[in-house]
Amino acid sequence: MKSKITRPESLKNVETHYCAGCGHGIVHRLIAEVVDELGIRERVVGVAPVGCAVLAYDYFNFDVSEAAHGRAPAVATGMKRARPDLIVFAYQGDGDLAAIGTAEIIHAANRGEGITVIFVNNGVYGMTGGQMAPTTMIGQKTETSPRGRIAESEGNPIRVAELLTQFDGVKFVERCTVSKPHNVLKARAAIKAALQIQVEGKGFGFVEILSPCPTYWGLQPRVAMKMIDERMTEVFPLGRYKNVYAQAAAR
Amino acid sequence: MAKVIIDTRRCKGCELCVDACPQGVIAMSKSLNDKGVHFAQPARLEDCTGCGLCAIMCPEAIIEVEREEAQGQGPPGPAHRGSGARS
Repeated sequence: MKSKITRPESLKNVETHYCAGCGHGIVHRLIAEVVDELGIRERVVGVAPVGCAVLAYDYFNFDVSEAAHGRAPAVATGMKRARPDLIVFAYQGDGDLAAIGTAEIIHAANRGEGITVIFVNNGVYGMTGGQMAPTTMIGQKTETSPRGRIAESEGNPIRVAELLTQFDGVKFVERCTVSKPHNVLKARAAIKAALQIQVEGKGFGFVEILSPCPTYWGLQPRVAMKMIDERMTEVFPLGRYKNVYAQAAAR
Repeated sequence: MAKVIIDTRRCKGCELCVDACPQGVIAMSKSLNDKGVHFAQPARLEDCTGCGLCAIMCPEAIIEVEREEAQGQGPPGPAHRGSGARS
């Protein structure tokens, strides 16, 4: 009996434009694996963000639309309402989701739209050159916070997973990371659970994934992964924040 | 017997697979690929157990892992799904 790990069918066999050690590639592969596993490739639609993952439609082997900056949940809402039979997910970075798209994500979540949002949080604006994002940690140096982020003048990092957990319309929230193999498998399980909830027509699912940006953190990929485990998870604690269906089953 | 196949032309040299491998099978090359980076390659294939951790970490999804399953023994991770060997 032979078993084989190969590239998932839902991921095109092309080279990505991502930097070496970027977490986007891992998250793309996880989504593609889950789509294959759930057998939804013919009816899944992704909505790509503005940011590093703007070219995601070149990499996924299923339908992907591009949305204006931050508006992926709004575009996904429209798709899902027009075609409830489709499985629609928004794929967003932290500059896209937590800064310019804050209104869209909060209201889509509060309305409890039947979509899934995958949020890749690396704490910087990667596409535009490593500027400070709302999720940049206190003391973290970026192009626009060269002395490190200061709470008094730039505010504290936004914890989106915790923010969305409070809404009744939200059914599933988990924060995970891709820092180590076992964390990657957990992230995969979270993406699968969130998409499964949508397949069953049960509502809004949200998965935040802490991801490295070796280029703009100025670290080697392996050191960047270590920094996620040592520093980033202190600010953004990992875990399943909400799963109303698991709670209902436990009662 | 297990086998790791890496599409070295597309390797960007992030070395995450090197860190992930518990057996130290994968090493970085001395030569450069067309991108001009030292690429990951299976250096000590005889020690490979086929656990697939390198493939799980690879951001480019260019690592394939093959392994023989013992009869009735389930595969270790979800990445092995669909092999039909899960008992």
